[in-house]
Amino acid sequence: MAQDLTQALAERVRAAYLAGTPLAIVGGGSKPWLGRPVVGEVLDVSDHRGIVHYEPTELVLTAHAGTPLAEIEAALAERNQCLAFEPPHFATPLPRGEGPGERVKRAATLGGTVGCNLSGPARPYAGACRDFVLGVRIVNGKGEVLRFGGEVMKNVAGYDLARLMAGAQGTLGVLLEVSLKVLPRPAAELTLALEMDAATAVARFNAWAGQPLPITATCHDGERAHVRLAGAEAAVRAARQKLGGEVLAEGAAFWSSVREQRHPFFARPGSLWRLSLPPAAPVDLSLSQCIDWGGAQRWVWSDAPLWEAARHAGGHATHWRAGRGEVFQPLTPALLALHRRLKQAFDPKGILNPGRLYPEL
Amino acid sequence: MSASGTTPAVHARRNELVRGLLDILPADSVLYEPEDLRPYECDGLSAYRQLPMVVALPSTVDEVQAVLRLCHRLEVPVVARGAGTGLSGGALPLTDGLLLSLAKLKSILAIDPVARTARVEPGVRNLAISEAARSYGLYYAPDPSSQIACTIGGNVAENAGGVHCLKYGLTVHNVLKLEVVTVEGERLTLGSDALDAPGYDLLALMTGSEGLLAVVVEVTVRLLPIPERAQVLLAAFDDVTKAGAAVGDILAAGILPAGLEMMDNPAIRAAEAFVHAGYPVEAAAILLVELDGSNEEVSEQVMRVRELLLASGATEVRTAQDEAERQRLWKGRKAAFPAVGRLAPDYYCMDGTIPRRRLPEVLARIERLSREYGLPVVNVFHAGDGNLHPLILYDVNQPGALERTEALGRRILDLCVEVGGTITGEHGVGVEKLAGMCTQFTPAELTQMHAVKAAFDAQGLLNPGKAVPSLHRCAEFGAMHVHGGALPFPDLPRF
Repeated sequence: MAQDLTQALAERVRAAYLAGTPLAIVGGGSKPWLGRPVVGEVLDVSDHRGIVHYEPTELVLTAHAGTPLAEIEAALAERNQCLAFEPPHFATPLPRGEGPGERVKRAATLGGTVGCNLSGPARPYAGACRDFVLGVRIVNGKGEVLRFGGEVMKNVAGYDLARLMAGAQGTLGVLLEVSLKVLPRPAAELTLALEMDAATAVARFNAWAGQPLPITATCHDGERAHVRLAGAEAAVRAARQKLGGEVLAEGAAFWSSVREQRHPFFARPGSLWRLSLPPAAPVDLSLSQCIDWGGAQRWVWSDAPLWEAARHAGGHATHWRAGRGEVFQPLTPALLALHRRLKQAFDPKGILNPGRLYPEL
Repeated sequence: MSASGTTPAVHARRNELVRGLLDILPADSVLYEPEDLRPYECDGLSAYRQLPMVVALPSTVDEVQAVLRLCHRLEVPVVARGAGTGLSGGALPLTDGLLLSLAKLKSILAIDPVARTARVEPGVRNLAISEAARSYGLYYAPDPSSQIACTIGGNVAENAGGVHCLKYGLTVHNVLKLEVVTVEGERLTLGSDALDAPGYDLLALMTGSEGLLAVVVEVTVRLLPIPERAQVLLAAFDDVTKAGAAVGDILAAGILPAGLEMMDNPAIRAAEAFVHAGYPVEAAAILLVELDGSNEEVSEQVMRVRELLLASGATEVRTAQDEAERQRLWKGRKAAFPAVGRLAPDYYCMDGTIPRRRLPEVLARIERLSREYGLPVVNVFHAGDGNLHPLILYDVNQPGALERTEALGRRILDLCVEVGGTITGEHGVGVEKLAGMCTQFTPAELTQMHAVKAAFDAQGLLNPGKAVPSLHRCAEFGAMHVHGGALPFPDLPRF
């Protein structure tokens, strides 16, 4: 069954390659806005679903790319494990934005999550989605089914083309199957809220990250600082004494609201920017912002483009739910040229999600 | 293969290259006399040796760029080299090529204790980063056993691991930003000081690319806080299957040890005889379990792991009472290779990774193969992440022993691939495992890798003939041979 689907997808891509037909790859359709619009024949991969293999004692899970993220997380939770990078689902209708998905509940898939390299609040402490990718099976732009990486933690045979797929948004290959490293869920978890301004919070987040503390998330939501402690019971208890603050009863709900952007900060009209910055970059207190990832991810409402500001601060910007125009930070000419050659290497006719990342890819 | 066998054409080419290099570099940074080339004839895989045509030792990024521009113009192949401790021949020179040593680029440029990063030149030794960061309570996590000598540039090229990979990841998980120079001499920044960068993940692609895509001239790594405490347990088993199952039980119980190592009986005996670590020599297998974290966390987990090990059938569980005992227990493991080197004139080291659940089957089949070929095999295993190092013992002076060893090695690598694993977990492909690449990947997959290479280096001038075999080379095979225990760096702990 799965093999038939793989074959069918590969044949679709092969035919598109021969005809030069652009393809718009769709999984759960939960984040069409996280990229430039793609004009092409829809290639729906959502039927290619199901967990292929999950071995809790090996900390590895392999699933078809169309598998809903929720299904994977449920299977892991049953064995007290998790995706440590805490991917957002962006599944429920968001308070604002364009796109046809607003009123329909759409389910994030494994393929879309890896394709977008999406990670949640734990990212600076546990690693990003790409850090957990062990292997992939893809169809390249010529319709060839290829496998890179595998189901083992250590693997240096050949180029790391599996990890390269994370964040490539399907422009280098259609994801068919992904193997991920999974981790045990922490035994204990606790969220502290502390009264301080954003600049103080960022300084504090960075200082804490330099100490052996069991911190797995930090966020200043514009009002207060929040810190999540997780790990062995005794370690969480000891760290709580050290950090002070007030224990938040609804800690899990807070982190989920930040991850899924259901937090009140995100409920307003305007233009939202994601700034990915060095974690200790100075904080402009005049901005309305939500600072996540220990200072490294900053959400800012701004009608003016922030490309230059982000670059100046040593990072880059993403225009979130842009609707039109560029979504991702422009690349330098030399890097763009290299990107084009890489795109060419995987997708010589430029049929896979053309223009999704950049007009030239 | 020596320089004396060069043809007039090669000679003329060498003169042209040397002249060009002397316009760029001081005279003492360009080597071309055979006696000066000798130290560069091999890396840690000493079975493969050949002299490079010329060695260049630039000391600035500008010089690296100028050297690459020159080589690109003259179409001279370039092999980059760090400390030369690699184990797969990745830095093996080419007789018609330039050996580009990055050894003079060895400054720690900046340590940022607030953002927890270190910006260093590629020739900085792995351990030197942790030493420089120590006063801030920080360290660089990946710790290949050769860390006192190997350089960070080489670590990036090989995606080096270590014994703490399961919890702290490989090089790719601990590098934030790279400055690289392309074959055309152009400088590029990959990654950033933030946690991600726009576009394709070229940082991941570069890491582990074995010098085939670009030359790394600067590395920004992330630093972690030094754990408050580390504690090690030793468990003995009368059966390797039980030891393997115990590893699974620990992980399934939600504990992520910093280190999880297994040795089989021959490895235990060899190590004990060599360094007197206090290992139980009657055991069929031992596990070393290192736990780190806060004081409270480690105390709690030591108790739980102890119970789990006993429940899994350990015949004995020992907890290191102090730092000295912890060091001693690790010493046996780290000395396992030189210890095995005392058992036979030669040994040949494999570096496969397997899904751990297949361990009992793989060990049983290795034992059968060992009997079939009449060659003893000793197994050392990074059990946490499935990286298996079988060591085949042989004597190169016995007729046919070398060929039998290579054949057995091939069978073991094929077995690793067959059970869903890989031919190399941490040593890289280099020149050594080109044939294994043909087992592990289909022609279409290898062709895709060549296309990626061409996107960076259309003429194939960077480290040609390594890492990814051309389709017509898919029948060749090499191996790591250690004669009389004589590795190029005999004092280095390995693996």
